Amino acid sequence: MPDKVRIGAGSGFQGDRLEPAVILASQGELDYLALECLAERTIALAQLRRLADPATGYDPLLEKRLGSLLPIAKRNGVRIVTNMGAANPLAAGRKVISLAKDLNLNVKVAVVTGDDVVSLLEPSMRTIEARGAPLSEYEIFSANAYLGADAIVPALATGADVVITGRVADPSLFVAPIAHAFGWRLDDWERLGRATAVGHLLECAGQVTGGYFAEPGLKDVANLAHLGFPWCDVDPEGNGVLGKVAGTGGAITLRTAKEQLLYEVTDPGGYITPDVVADFSSVSLKETGPDRVTVKGGKGTSRTPTYKVSVGYRAGFVGEGEVSYAGANAKERAQLAGEIVRERLREDIPDLRIDLIGIDSAHRADFGHPQPPYEVRLRVAARTATRVLAERVGAEIWALGTNGPAGGGGFREAAYERIGVVSTLLERSRVRPAITVLEEDREAQAA
Amino acid sequence: MKRKLHELAHARAGDKGDTLTLALIAYREEDYELLRTKVTAAAVKQHLGRIVLGEVRRYELPGLGALQFVCERALDTGVTTSLAIDPHGKTLSYALLEMSIDA
Repeated sequence: MPDKVRIGAGSGFQGDRLEPAVILASQGELDYLALECLAERTIALAQLRRLADPATGYDPLLEKRLGSLLPIAKRNGVRIVTNMGAANPLAAGRKVISLAKDLNLNVKVAVVTGDDVVSLLEPSMRTIEARGAPLSEYEIFSANAYLGADAIVPALATGADVVITGRVADPSLFVAPIAHAFGWRLDDWERLGRATAVGHLLECAGQVTGGYFAEPGLKDVANLAHLGFPWCDVDPEGNGVLGKVAGTGGAITLRTAKEQLLYEVTDPGGYITPDVVADFSSVSLKETGPDRVTVKGGKGTSRTPTYKVSVGYRAGFVGEGEVSYAGANAKERAQLAGEIVRERLREDIPDLRIDLIGIDSAHRADFGHPQPPYEVRLRVAARTATRVLAERVGAEIWALGTNGPAGGGGFREAAYERIGVVSTLLERSRVRPAITVLEEDREAQAA
Repeated sequence: MKRKLHELAHARAGDKGDTLTLALIAYREEDYELLRTKVTAAAVKQHLGRIVLGEVRRYELPGLGALQFVCERALDTGVTTSLAIDPHGKTLSYALLEMSIDA
């Protein structure tokens, strides 16, 4: 057994920057590189793409990301774990095989499937959101269970260079390689709890190295433009040391680590994942050097008997429009414009959101205007049942050009279908994760 | 003397559906007790006013010198369906830091 495993975070969201991941794979002396690319709604949108074209549905940046990272990872013996399979992990796996062929690389890919559970939903199942409405109230088109480390570890056990998943819990992308490297039992709750804290600290990549932290003069971060991404050296007990490649921008400090440890946590003593119920309140963080923070002492208790399932549904349409006013009485004219639009839409769209925005977008100057704001941008937005109604919002914004207050300019409109996501719970026993191993001329189901 | 939380602490917002999380972290360890005493769940609920329609729960994290606030029904029906210009409520960390306390 190794005395430590080093795992890096090469992406923290679907559209994350590629350069820091390239640096991490090249110079980070990693064992594993995890790429988290799948937010709640991202997978629902991917399911819609797959419904329109069954060959698609995986991450649109798959080729770009892995085209850059695969040769480096292969050369350095870094194994990649990613949820870029999104709504179609098998198609993503096949794409990686063809990509590897083009790059003259011999790559073995293991694909994790089984998260797509839309066929298991029943109308009487209830959402876990505050209102607890039955699923029959929603126009549902997708459902993906958050699989855990127990679905990913067997994929790693095949020896694959790249593991591709669909929906898995973000920390599990990190927990699985750590558990695999040390041969942990997957009911070793203490260690899984600690590894989950490490995974949570890493899963947003740059958010622990000084990204999303800076405030000039108060919380300065050096060289944020060239922010480096993090790695963690994890020991066989699940404790870790966070670090990043020397010379990259950003900073790992006690403060950046604290902000990330608590990010999106609704119960610090009971952070539920498919792997464990982790206790982050017992985690101790310590700054031990420049860009080094140790993570020790988290705990965990047994996992829950259910999977959380992310359910995508059609949530009507949104219409939006914006227009700017500047100079004398800009705010009053913007408010008048908002009232006019409200009156003109009253019968068809009773519920409008009206926002007033602005500092210097109109003239890049305020001509010494005594009372801020010099300029105000009116934004009107509405939820509607149909696209036709949604388009009326923008139409009424445009109409202000000849039918509204003086001096409005910079008209913009948008109308689009809205995709909502709710969550429900599903018994673990009903979900069957599976592994498919792909090589250049071969596909096989793994046991 | 009134002091803004911005002088004493830093903050980060997070989202889960229609639930907003706000981490409030003391810059100096010795200010944690002051924050714990003054920045109660009720005070935060009152400060955020119409932004938070549901309850506010508070978790104390003395080891981190931090308080975690979990605000229900705070994101205009939720991240995926909100009409707000910032549907995740990411900017709300700085709304918390605008709060003043006697210190």
